[in-house]
Amino acid sequence: MKSRRSLWSFLGKIEGLPVVGVLLLLYAAFVITAPTVFTHPLIYMSFLQTVPPWLVLALGLTLVITAGEIDLSFPAVVALSGFVFAWVFKNVHVPWAPWLGIVLALGAGALVGYTNGLLIAKVGVPSIMATLAAQFFWYGITILIANGLQLDIAAVEDTAAHELFTGRIAGIIPAQALWAAGLAVLLWFILNRHTFGEAIMFIGDNPNVARVMGINVESTKIILFTAMGVIAAFGGLLLTIEINVFFPNQGQGFLLWTMAAVFIGGTLISGGRGSIVGTFFGAYIIGSLQAGVVATGITSYWVQSVMGVIIIAAVVINVLIGDGRIGPISARIRRWIIPTRVLSAVSGKKTDVSEEN
Amino acid sequence: MTRSRSDPPTPNPISEAARIAPYEESVSSPNALEMIHIEKYFGLVCALKDINLTVGRNEIVGLIGDNGAGKSTMVKILTGVFPPTSGELTIAGRKVDFDSYNVKGAHALGIETVYQDKSLGEKQPLWRNFFIGREICYPLGFINVKKEKEIANEIMVKTIGFRGAGITVDSNVLKLSGGERQGVAIGRAMHFEAELIILDEPTVALSLKEVRKVLNFVHKIKAAGKASIYISHNLADVYEISDRFVIMDRGRIVAEKPKQEISLKALDDFMLEYAHGRMDEVAS
Repeated sequence: MKSRRSLWSFLGKIEGLPVVGVLLLLYAAFVITAPTVFTHPLIYMSFLQTVPPWLVLALGLTLVITAGEIDLSFPAVVALSGFVFAWVFKNVHVPWAPWLGIVLALGAGALVGYTNGLLIAKVGVPSIMATLAAQFFWYGITILIANGLQLDIAAVEDTAAHELFTGRIAGIIPAQALWAAGLAVLLWFILNRHTFGEAIMFIGDNPNVARVMGINVESTKIILFTAMGVIAAFGGLLLTIEINVFFPNQGQGFLLWTMAAVFIGGTLISGGRGSIVGTFFGAYIIGSLQAGVVATGITSYWVQSVMGVIIIAAVVINVLIGDGRIGPISARIRRWIIPTRVLSAVSGKKTDVSEEN
Repeated sequence: MTRSRSDPPTPNPISEAARIAPYEESVSSPNALEMIHIEKYFGLVCALKDINLTVGRNEIVGLIGDNGAGKSTMVKILTGVFPPTSGELTIAGRKVDFDSYNVKGAHALGIETVYQDKSLGEKQPLWRNFFIGREICYPLGFINVKKEKEIANEIMVKTIGFRGAGITVDSNVLKLSGGERQGVAIGRAMHFEAELIILDEPTVALSLKEVRKVLNFVHKIKAAGKASIYISHNLADVYEISDRFVIMDRGRIVAEKPKQEISLKALDDFMLEYAHGRMDEVAS
C-alpha cells in the first residue's frame, strides 16, 4: 500500500503527465478508429501547422490565470495585430516592410495589454470586466480602421519573414511549431525559475501575502498584462502570415478553446499554480479533436460533446493526482461499488478498505 | 520586474544605509526600536495619539489592548505599510525617513512581521515561501533553486526544529498545521537576521497544542538574543513570554509594566478593571 502511494505521489510530481496520458489515449483511439489517416504523418504535420497560433495564446493565458486574473481581450489582439501587419505590408513600399509590420503589430498588442494592466492594477477594475470591454473596443477599432474588409497579402509568401515564422523546416516541419515550442520553454523558465514567475504565483495565491513580503503587486500585474498583449499579437502574426490574409473577425471563437486548453493542462482557476507543460499538451489535445473526430467518419456534430467529456476527464484526473488523493479515492470507489458490509461478511473481519479512513 | 529582487530597481536610501552602515554604529544604541511622539490620523479620526515606546535589544514586549486600540495601526507604521502623520521612528539607532520607508526598507533594517494568516502563500512549497521577495538569484533574475532548497532545509532542521513528520522543503504550506505555519514564518524571520520580530496575533484560531508550539518558537527568539513585539488577546500567552507589558487603549499607551512588578492575576484584574472603567465612563 505504501509503495503504491509513493508511486502515485511520484507520478503526481511530473508536470503535465496526466495531460500527456490523455493526449496519447486520444491518439490511440484515433489510430484505432481512423487508421488510414492517423498512421500517416501528414495529419500530424497539419496539427503542427494549425495549433501553434492559439497554443501561443494559451501559453500567455496560463500566466495570467496563474496570477488569479483572466484576459478575455486576446482574440481582439489577434485581429488587431493581424490588421496592423497586413496594412503595413500592403502600404509601406520598402524591402523591410514585413519587419516593420511585425514590430508595429507587437507594439499594438503591448498597447492593448498595457491599458488593460493600468485599468486592472491602478484603477482596480476586475480583470474579467476590463478585458471584456477591451475585447469589444479593440475588435470595434480594428473593423473600423479596416473598413470591415479583409486584406489579401499573398505577396508575403515570398518574404524572409514568411520563411522565418511559417516556413517548412527541412521541407516538412512548420516553423511556427518550433516558435510555439520555444515560447513554451521560455515561459516555463519564467514561471518556474524566475522571480517574476514566483511573484505571479504568490499574487495568484494571496495578493496580501505577496504585498507584505515586498512584492510590487501593481507593477507585476501591469507587466503581466502587457506581456500577454505582446504574446497574443505574436499569435495573431503567426496566424496571419500562415494564411496570407487578414480578415476582420479573425480570432473570434478562440476564447473558449484557449481557456479549455489551459484548464485541461491543470492550471488552477483559483490562481497560484499553473502548468506550462500541461497547457502545451492541452492545446494539442483540443487542436487534434476536430480533425480527429471528423476522420473517424462520425458526424462532426460530435466534436463539441467529445470536447466536454475530455475537459472534465482531464480536470478530474488533475485534481486527483495533483492533491495526491488518488489512493483514498480509489478505495472509496471500491466501497461505493461493494459496500463494506458485504466485504466484511465475506472476509469475516474488518477489511483494509474501512481501515483506510 | 525582470531585475533581481536583491537589487531593488530604485535604490532605497534606507536599505542602502543599512547595507553600508558599519556594525559599530548600530550596536551603539541600546534599543532595537524607539517611537517618539508618533501620531496617526485617518482624516479627522485619531488612530494613534502621542505614542512613545522603546523596545530593548533582547526584550520581548507584550502589546495588549482591545480591538480598535491602535495595535494594528502601530504595526503597519513600524513595518512600512503606511507612514505616521507625525513623530519619529528610530530603528537600531537609525532614524527612519518615512518618505522612502516601505516593506523592503523595514526588512533591510531588520524588522520582520509574522501575521495571523497572511505570512505564507498556501499553495506554494516551503522553499519558495522562505525566499519570496528575497530570492537567491543567478543573473537576470533566475532563481537558484538548489541553493534556496539547501538553505530552506537547514532553517527547517536547525532553526525551526522540524524533524521527519513527512514535511520537506517541497511540501506545500497547505499540509502544515497552523502552529507549524507560524513556526515557518518565525524561522524565516530569524534566518534573515531580524533584530525585531513583530508577531501580530500569531495564535488566533489555533488549538492549545499549536499555541504551545508557537510560544516555543517565541522563546527561541529570546534565546537568539533578538527582540520581539508580541501582540495577543490571550493574557496567559503574553504573560508567559513577555519581559514587559504595554497596554493600549483608544490610540494611547495607558500603562507599561515590567513582568517583575505584576502577576498574571494582577494583569488580568487590571485589564478587567480598565474595561469596566471604560464602560462606566461611557455610561456616565
